[in-house]
Amino acid sequence: MQSLEALTREAVALASGQTITADISAPGRAAEAEVARQMQICNACRYCESFCAVFPAMTRRLHFSEADAHYLANLCHNCGACLHACQYAPPHEFAVNVPRAMAQVRRETYSDYAFPRALGALYRRNGLTLALATAGGLALFLVLVLALRGTLLHEPLAGNFYAVFPHNLMVTMFGAAFGFAVLALAIGAVRFWRGQSPGPVTAPSAAEATRHALALTYLDGGHGDGCNEADDRSTLLRRRFHHLTFYGFLLCFASTSVATLYHYLLGQPAPYPVISLPVLLGTVGGIGLLIGPAGLLWLNLRRHPLHGDPGQRTMDRAFIVLLFATSLTGLALLALRDTGFMALLLAVHLGTVLALFLTLPYGKFAHAVYRSAALLKWAIERRQPDRLQLGSD
Amino acid sequence: MHDVLVIGGGNAALCAALMAREAGASVLLLEASPREWRSGNSQHTRNLRCMHDAPQDVLVGAYPEEEFWQDLLKVTGGQTDEQLARLVIRASSTCRLWMRRHGVRFQPSLSGTLHLSRTNAFFMGGGKALVNAYYRSAENLGVQVRYDAPVDRLELRDGRFVAAFAQGERIEARSCVLAAGGFESNREWLRQAWGQNERGEWPADNFLIRGTRFNQGVLLKDMMEQGADIIGDPTQAHCVAIDARAPLYDGGIVTRVDAVSLGVMVNRDGLRFYDEGEDFWPKRYAIWGRLVALQAGQIGYCVIDSKAIGKFMPPVFPGVQADTLPELARALGLPADRFMQTLNDYNAACRVGSFDHTVLDDCHTEGLAPPKSHWARPIDQPPFYGYALRPGITFTYLGLKTDAQARVYFGGVPSANLFVAGEMMAGNVLGKGYTAGVGMSIGTAFGRIAGTQAARAAHREPEHAVA
Repeated sequence: MQSLEALTREAVALASGQTITADISAPGRAAEAEVARQMQICNACRYCESFCAVFPAMTRRLHFSEADAHYLANLCHNCGACLHACQYAPPHEFAVNVPRAMAQVRRETYSDYAFPRALGALYRRNGLTLALATAGGLALFLVLVLALRGTLLHEPLAGNFYAVFPHNLMVTMFGAAFGFAVLALAIGAVRFWRGQSPGPVTAPSAAEATRHALALTYLDGGHGDGCNEADDRSTLLRRRFHHLTFYGFLLCFASTSVATLYHYLLGQPAPYPVISLPVLLGTVGGIGLLIGPAGLLWLNLRRHPLHGDPGQRTMDRAFIVLLFATSLTGLALLALRDTGFMALLLAVHLGTVLALFLTLPYGKFAHAVYRSAALLKWAIERRQPDRLQLGSD
Repeated sequence: MHDVLVIGGGNAALCAALMAREAGASVLLLEASPREWRSGNSQHTRNLRCMHDAPQDVLVGAYPEEEFWQDLLKVTGGQTDEQLARLVIRASSTCRLWMRRHGVRFQPSLSGTLHLSRTNAFFMGGGKALVNAYYRSAENLGVQVRYDAPVDRLELRDGRFVAAFAQGERIEARSCVLAAGGFESNREWLRQAWGQNERGEWPADNFLIRGTRFNQGVLLKDMMEQGADIIGDPTQAHCVAIDARAPLYDGGIVTRVDAVSLGVMVNRDGLRFYDEGEDFWPKRYAIWGRLVALQAGQIGYCVIDSKAIGKFMPPVFPGVQADTLPELARALGLPADRFMQTLNDYNAACRVGSFDHTVLDDCHTEGLAPPKSHWARPIDQPPFYGYALRPGITFTYLGLKTDAQARVYFGGVPSANLFVAGEMMAGNVLGKGYTAGVGMSIGTAFGRIAGTQAARAAHREPEHAVA
């Protein structure tokens, strides 16, 4: 019986996460090892199979490598359904909390694949990162206003931004910041994808992944009732607020794009009248980007304490607040653009937007990139034959 | 005073509470466990066996009443009550609409459970998601729920329920539903029930409990002492062979090891003791708990080679691994000589045809006792793996005798206001054996009947009768 006792001790250690499974031996990979440990338990249970894509993807594997952990972690939408349904959730000694384990690996994904790599560390103190970026952006533009005009307040300028900041200055600064964000995130996505080797992208798989990303399919709980927030009740609120945020953001982006076309193609520089495409898109999008983040923040503050990674709450909330601030300052600027506060509001808005752009690759926004990649991998993978031929239980 | 008192907090108790509340009764539900451990064994369940005459949402094909009944007859060896069994079967065909109304969601049969896709409706997220939905619905409807409220005895008067005592507090109600589970968590009771074997061992000391630690059988014992009619044999239970490293309680589904039919099982002495390939694993897993319980030390060792990897559901704990069979024997603490002789005899007896673990294939042994009838392939491809297995009790069948109205009997006379549901009466339908999901079918059917009857009894009960 001696060997059995030793085995039991080993099993208890394994079940409570004290040892690292044979698949992952590199030091400092505790988050990935924890996902592997929990997936080994889940794979023997499988009760949660219909909630989302994570569990069907899991059943195609017997072992969970580091790459698998990153893939599954980014496939997880942190809806919470599997936690509330889990017979092995704390206080059970197996201590299964899949949404938390996945969230912890996601932060590893973001920082591991960040470009440049050294800046991956910004994910660890993300609240501070965003706060500093915002303060820096604000300071920069306020100083610029003072330098260019000598005063923050002025006689009304009929909403003419370019009287404060020359058009080329704004294009250069924001073009560079946005371009860099896109580049950094693209490099991260490519690095992530290289570690995954899911097979060739086909049109149906790409279309399916796009649909799931745009519809937030996996926030519906698998039954359509939605995901969990404060308790085991399902609600569609998070999905709806996220839609308002995301599509609000897109409309704001479209507003800027249309304005750029007006400027260069039609030779019509800003300001645009209230009844014009750029202003209408920006207004509608801005309202979405007010209600959405406000709702998400409200839900986030009420989330069940076991949901997600407590270490990332500041990252989540800072990003939400920054989005809200972007919209709020934009709408305030629109409302008061004909007054003597325009330059001040413009500086505040541009400082906020610059902070948002600069921190896109080093904050919560990264989830959009890696989750889309994981959804694409799942869409490819699920079309391939399952290599495992497990017997029935 | 409440109309209906429900004692227990699992599936049957919740079904009773919801039905009683829907019938207009005021309901108090007492759950012995703290909130985070609520619902006893129901949190570990995953489906219910359902009769249906045509495909229904998550159920394919048809599973008519007669087939369900024959299945039940077969697994129980006739130790069942046909009237009650058919009541359960019929109820299983209509209960799911009601379950959905209370927030329960269903999913197609899980990967690795294709054999159940016709007969069993799986709860999305499993049993804990189901009870979460029921508790939410119960709270919405105004059922009062109290946790940490174990009931130690009932006050009865001439076979009528008067009050329950929960940690010294006397709680009256007009009627009562008992749905507090079996006695499987009570290791002392299991010890007495199984007694001492011819080797001088107390077999039950080596049993693991697959489910809750809260089913201590306190009320069952109280009812026995107060003269309630009892049914069943205390050693009969849903009992499977599970990983010996499983926790003492609440190991649930993941501790099963589904590799038995792909290898050999030996006992502590390194000897085989039963045909591992008799039938498909889903049809045989439920007998291995008892088989292992009858071996010395109540332990068995499942041994496979690398050919089996990837052909069975992944177990929660990794197997003990070795590059040679003698090394494996040493690692498992088995007598190497005897073990090697068993393995060599087995390997030599294998007549390998075309191996296919998805059908009853033609790989079998010749001239070996006991034989292995299917999937017999020599165990010769390293690395080798071994899993120590122990009997794992899911729930016991000893319970209160009841009828189609879920009434508790005293000396052959039914109580007017005391009802029973779930594991506390499952033995009426399941004298022995088991077939997947039937426990939840019984719990749901009798929980609903008991709740309805209790509400009716409470309306009949004159106010002063309990004063």
